[in-house]
Amino acid sequence: MSTPAAESTVTNMDLLRFATAGSVDDGKSTLIGRLLLDSKSIFEDQMEAVEATSASKGYDYTDLALLTDGLRSEREQGITIDVAYRYFATPNRKFIIADTPGHVQYTRNMVTGASTADLGLVLVDARQGLTEQSRRHAVILSLLRVPHLVLAVNKMDLVDFSEEVYNKIHKEFTQFATKLNIPDLEVIPISALSGDNVVNRSENMDWYSGPTLMHHLEHVHVASDRDLVDVRFPVQYVIRPKSDEHHDYRGYGGMVAGGVLKPGDEVVVLPSGMTSKIAGIDLHDKELDAAFPPMSVTVRLEDDVDVSRGDMIARPHNAPKPSQDIDAMICWMADEPLRPRQKLAIKHTTRMARTLVKDIQYRLDVNSLHRDQETKELGRNEIGRVQLRTTVPLLCDPYSKNRTTGSFILIDEATGVTVGAGMINSAS
Amino acid sequence: MTETHADYRLSQLDQLEAESIHIFREVAAEFEKPVLMFSGGKDSIVMLRLAEKAFYPAKIPFPVLQVDTGLDFPEVLETRDNWVNRLGVKLVVASIDDAIAKGVVVDDGKTSRNRMQIGTLLNAIEENGFTAAFGGGRRDEEKARAKERVYSHRDEFGQWDPKMQRPELWSLYNGRIHAGEHMRIFPISNWTELDVWDYIGRENIEIPPIYFSHQRRVFERDGMLMSETPLNPLRSGETVTERTVRFRTCGDITLTGCVESTASTIAEIIDEVAIAKLTERGATRGDDRFSEAAMEDRKKEGYF
Ligand SMILES: Nc1nc2c(ncn2[C@@H]2O[C@H](COP(=O)(O)OP(=O)(O)O)[C@@H](O)[C@H]2O)c(=O)[nH]1
Repeated sequence: MSTPAAESTVTNMDLLRFATAGSVDDGKSTLIGRLLLDSKSIFEDQMEAVEATSASKGYDYTDLALLTDGLRSEREQGITIDVAYRYFATPNRKFIIADTPGHVQYTRNMVTGASTADLGLVLVDARQGLTEQSRRHAVILSLLRVPHLVLAVNKMDLVDFSEEVYNKIHKEFTQFATKLNIPDLEVIPISALSGDNVVNRSENMDWYSGPTLMHHLEHVHVASDRDLVDVRFPVQYVIRPKSDEHHDYRGYGGMVAGGVLKPGDEVVVLPSGMTSKIAGIDLHDKELDAAFPPMSVTVRLEDDVDVSRGDMIARPHNAPKPSQDIDAMICWMADEPLRPRQKLAIKHTTRMARTLVKDIQYRLDVNSLHRDQETKELGRNEIGRVQLRTTVPLLCDPYSKNRTTGSFILIDEATGVTVGAGMINSAS
Repeated sequence: MTETHADYRLSQLDQLEAESIHIFREVAAEFEKPVLMFSGGKDSIVMLRLAEKAFYPAKIPFPVLQVDTGLDFPEVLETRDNWVNRLGVKLVVASIDDAIAKGVVVDDGKTSRNRMQIGTLLNAIEENGFTAAFGGGRRDEEKARAKERVYSHRDEFGQWDPKMQRPELWSLYNGRIHAGEHMRIFPISNWTELDVWDYIGRENIEIPPIYFSHQRRVFERDGMLMSETPLNPLRSGETVTERTVRFRTCGDITLTGCVESTASTIAEIIDEVAIAKLTERGATRGDDRFSEAAMEDRKKEGYF
């Protein structure tokens, strides 16, 4: 049975991915619970379960934090120890929250959550002000080049909604942020528990004229964060139907990592350096007049050039240089430390290679931004600057230019586990 | 037909589609023997549609696997066959009855068929040597799923270890496995129930007709409306009435309840979902109600 086409209610809705970070007890779970509840993303049976649990624990309020806890072990410990993804939507935007744990021993989880985020939300307790943890969270978000940052000053109800307290934290943080790369910062005073400035404007803080948290999340402009200039199309999969109907069809499937591709454009295929023109861009049975990030499309070329997975389509005068010597920041994620001379597998865009750690230049203290050049290894959850040599050239850009072509993961060849996340500074 | 996007903006549904297509292609490129697990429900149909788009105009380069519980809705099997025929994709059916006959799973009279699916499925994966199995799980479905990765590693026993999950960064998926292990792949992890319906509406694709409002002879059990069927004998005190209902999920006919509804188009279903008061699983899946951690337990054992 075929059903009549429905008028989609969300055709014009866009998407915002944001990562949250806060220290234990800053109120992160309560805030997320509040966002879900106030955007009506919580179902009756979920709310009943939470009310029942709150009552059985003897609380005289509904603990919204219970809406978001995850696996049983974490439930028992009462803390979040892995990235959890949550979803809610308002009429104009869908939100994906990567809810990450705050402790230093979970830095890698925060790096994971931040890697795909358009916006980072850091929570502080107004009574405590900025802590070492909140500074670290901001450092990680800026390292991962999350373009928008929100500092939510929570528990304002416990400091009498004081403007001075807010101003002090605002000033301190803005000063600290000048050392970081944060293109867009918003500092919002809230009370997650009572809802002030979360969805509804607080009546207790007349002195604050900025947006509520939800208003900011709904309106922050993320479309322009993409690079629509530098064409980067990592070839993922070669599509050759070999059927009678599509006998000569040969298309290159992939996700656009940068720039706008159009039929007729001159392109270069890397690493071979062969040039051709785009004959057509397909998405299923539709031909597109343009493809841009983050679309998954199939590109056809006019000439019969040799293209395979791991190659990259770019523009003749704007293409990355194939490089085997990589200078990168790495967040190390394995128990055993990373040391010079270590060999690992590396995955960059659609390309797999092997790599040798030539040097560990320094370890970055993510609390003080101090560069420790004495220690020649990176422990679990540590971040440092590393020189790598790869077995085959990578077709990469600096991470500051492109978060897709500038990032890679490191894989332990024996266990197959992902042990590191890398952000490229430069390559040659 | 040419398509244009104003201002190079991509709607959230297009972004979700692009992400899922990327995942399908990545798995097809990196795994030797992938398979798509078809449960019959709307989520697996959306997966089929996405796989169709990922490889078009080539055929989907992997087979579809279905566990035949013997308790499937006939309408669901019919829809499955229509899809499989239209796409020209290979269908592998793993039957619980065969698995019982072969001694792969044990029918002790106490274990539900839903639970026996696990053993049957794992056996089919092992026998066929599948190295990656696509599942239609969504992270918004259930608390335990919120932390599930897109690539979810399973050991030789098909088990999931929540503590051993690999970090998943950017769109760089790590598909490394050892012999005998396999990967569960969740290409629609980031979709919500509403996204799935919107997509079905937008794509105008076939789903089992039991999702739409129809007349059905039903009885009440444990607060749920169950379908009258010889497979599910009435217990004392239960009476059958005819009502206007639809199903929100397609599972085991003896465990899947329906809701009273007059929603007969996708648009009406979307309206209903948007104001629904109960989560889809909590409302109509008997198998998830046994304990709060029921899903988590079954996942560890290898449930999809
Ligand atoms: N007074 C007050 N208490 C809050 C606020 N937000 C959270 N809390 C309380 O702070 C404690 C920790 O909150 P929780 O959300 O569990 O913190 P998490 O560890 O950051 O997830 C709980 O007792 C909350 O009820 C707030 O805005 N005002």
